[in-house]
Amino acid sequence: MTDIPLNGIANGTVARPRRDIGLKRRYAAERRFRIYGVLAISVGIVFLAVMLVTIIGKGYTAFWQTTATLPITFDANVIDPENKRATDPNVLITANYPKLAENALMAKLGINPDDKVAARKLKGFLSDGARAQLRTMVTDDPSIIGTTRNVEILVAANIDSAFKGQIDLSVDESRRKVSDQQVTWMKQLAAEGSLAEHFNKGLFTFGASSRPETSGMGVAIIGSFYMMVIVLLLALPIGVAASIYLEEFAKKSRLTDLIEVNINNLAAVPSIVFGLLGLSVFINFLGLPRSAALVGGLVLTLMTLPTIIIATRAALAAVPPSIRSAALGLGASKMQMVFQHILPLAAPGILTGTIIGLARALGETAPLLLIGMVAFVADRPATPLEPSTALPVQIYMWANEAERAFVERMSGAIIILLIFLMAMNITAIVLRRRFERRW
Amino acid sequence: MNIMTETALESAVNDKMNGTPNETIKMRGRKVCVFYGEKQALFDVDLDVRENQVTALIGPSGCGKSTFLRCLNRMNDTIDSARVAGKITLDDEDIYDPKIDVVELRARVGMVFQKPNPFPKSIFENVAYGPRIHGLARKKGDLDEIVETSLKKAGLFNEVKDRLHEPGTGLSGGQQQRLCIARAIAVSPEVILMDEPCSALDPIATARVEELIDELRQNYTIVIVTHSMQQAARVSQRTAMFHMGYLVEEGETDKMFTNPDDRRTQDYITGRFG
Repeated sequence: MTDIPLNGIANGTVARPRRDIGLKRRYAAERRFRIYGVLAISVGIVFLAVMLVTIIGKGYTAFWQTTATLPITFDANVIDPENKRATDPNVLITANYPKLAENALMAKLGINPDDKVAARKLKGFLSDGARAQLRTMVTDDPSIIGTTRNVEILVAANIDSAFKGQIDLSVDESRRKVSDQQVTWMKQLAAEGSLAEHFNKGLFTFGASSRPETSGMGVAIIGSFYMMVIVLLLALPIGVAASIYLEEFAKKSRLTDLIEVNINNLAAVPSIVFGLLGLSVFINFLGLPRSAALVGGLVLTLMTLPTIIIATRAALAAVPPSIRSAALGLGASKMQMVFQHILPLAAPGILTGTIIGLARALGETAPLLLIGMVAFVADRPATPLEPSTALPVQIYMWANEAERAFVERMSGAIIILLIFLMAMNITAIVLRRRFERRW
Repeated sequence: MNIMTETALESAVNDKMNGTPNETIKMRGRKVCVFYGEKQALFDVDLDVRENQVTALIGPSGCGKSTFLRCLNRMNDTIDSARVAGKITLDDEDIYDPKIDVVELRARVGMVFQKPNPFPKSIFENVAYGPRIHGLARKKGDLDEIVETSLKKAGLFNEVKDRLHEPGTGLSGGQQQRLCIARAIAVSPEVILMDEPCSALDPIATARVEELIDELRQNYTIVIVTHSMQQAARVSQRTAMFHMGYLVEEGETDKMFTNPDDRRTQDYITGRFG
């Protein structure tokens, strides 16, 4: 083949014919496999993108809320027409506060206070949440009666939607929820600068409400927080202790095999079954309060335990046997070997497993429905024993509402839940990277 | 040239003479049998380990030499299916007696493994770990001293003195193995077991460790498992040959390598099988 005989290839020897070892076929198979891989990942990315775009597109407006800034006169004649507030504290609670806001709005819009038709049309303009807002201001500081203050008042959900441009104004007036007159007023107020969008703090502080503009995830966030703390405090120590015992101390026997199989099965049990268990054990048998974050936390602990145990056992088993021999060979007791060498090396794996388990628990809805956490809870719970809801349950409840403003809030809540989950998973990855470098 | 050779020979002879007077038996194995589950790995091994000598265990793979070594500090206990029968004594005390605490035994009989296995901690922490768990250092200064002398004895101190607090896993293979030896010495054991300590090392690092073994013999009793005939010949005073779970022959290294009694020993040493 070549003119120059090299490396002792003797002249006259025939070059050996090249064998067909199926290279073409092998490379083709590899190419096909790569294409499948790229396809699979692309499909995944497309679906993820569609999901994110839909949710964020629908939900980002939930973080802004329209308010009207009005100079409200705390008129003693409206709040306390019979001047009995010194003797009867109920007067300040039952007073007609919406009237104050209405009067201020009418004055602002230049409507004659006696114009009954206009007054009726104005009724649905401001949120009924103004009642509670103004009442709190007065009961906190009764001395403001008789003065005039600039107050930011939430507008009704329909006006909010209209102001955000979510209501199609070309539709016939009788078939939409905002009248032409209201739109005119809205534009007038906006032009004066008293109607504007602000960051929606209420979304994070309000509890449940039948009015979208005054409903928020405050209760759900607190409930979820309590549950996460309970799950972390219970599932992590119990799970890690159980794994260490099973992996390092227990003699392998039929019993430990059985336990192992059962733990793996438990990890696959549908979460609603854990909800039923929680209902019958924690609520019916132990008599713990319904709808409480404590019960939710206990149920989620049961659900998270198998995940943590499996992750921890895998992490412990992954520590090389040479480290065990080294510690034992130096005369370390088994306990010292486990806690001074094995556990620190397994910590990144345990942490990752725990955080992923927690993230799963945070997004869990079904078991919470069964223990009554799907409830209308307006007040923020002070302790885990008081009724509360959870983030995913809040999403579920809002998903059942029809109004545009609830849909927007539902998507907003999903965004927040996703941010929490993403933050937890990123923490898991960062922790793992960080600790693994030392290994 | 001639004179040189003669002196070298003379000193070698002297060495051997000086090295052998201590015939105290440090550890004694009688009818040692080991089972892994149903399978018997070691059959009735009678073997003595003499104080301040290096005893080499040789034989083909799977012959039971490592198994025997691991019996000497009860590392076989860590294998669930392993069972040991027979009697092994350390200073005439039965080490498998229920009254003997295995943790204390391992503090007296240290071990160096085939693959260097430093803890993923600093060099200092690696050496200090043993003394710390056994409470050998009362003050912080004591610990520093133990670490320093151990590293010096292992011939590693000069190489690492400026980076004691860097991870032990960052050292080269040979340094790691010497670190493991330092770690074993730090507990002041009486016997050091070495399971093919040089099999993962290059020839230069091997020579270093072999020199070290020879120095350590002054203060410790050493049992070493090795696959290298030359190594056994170089470092040991006595050699034991294992085959198929049986102890074939045991005796002074010189005799074993020049005039073995057993045919199998001769075949193995000359490379006819194994």
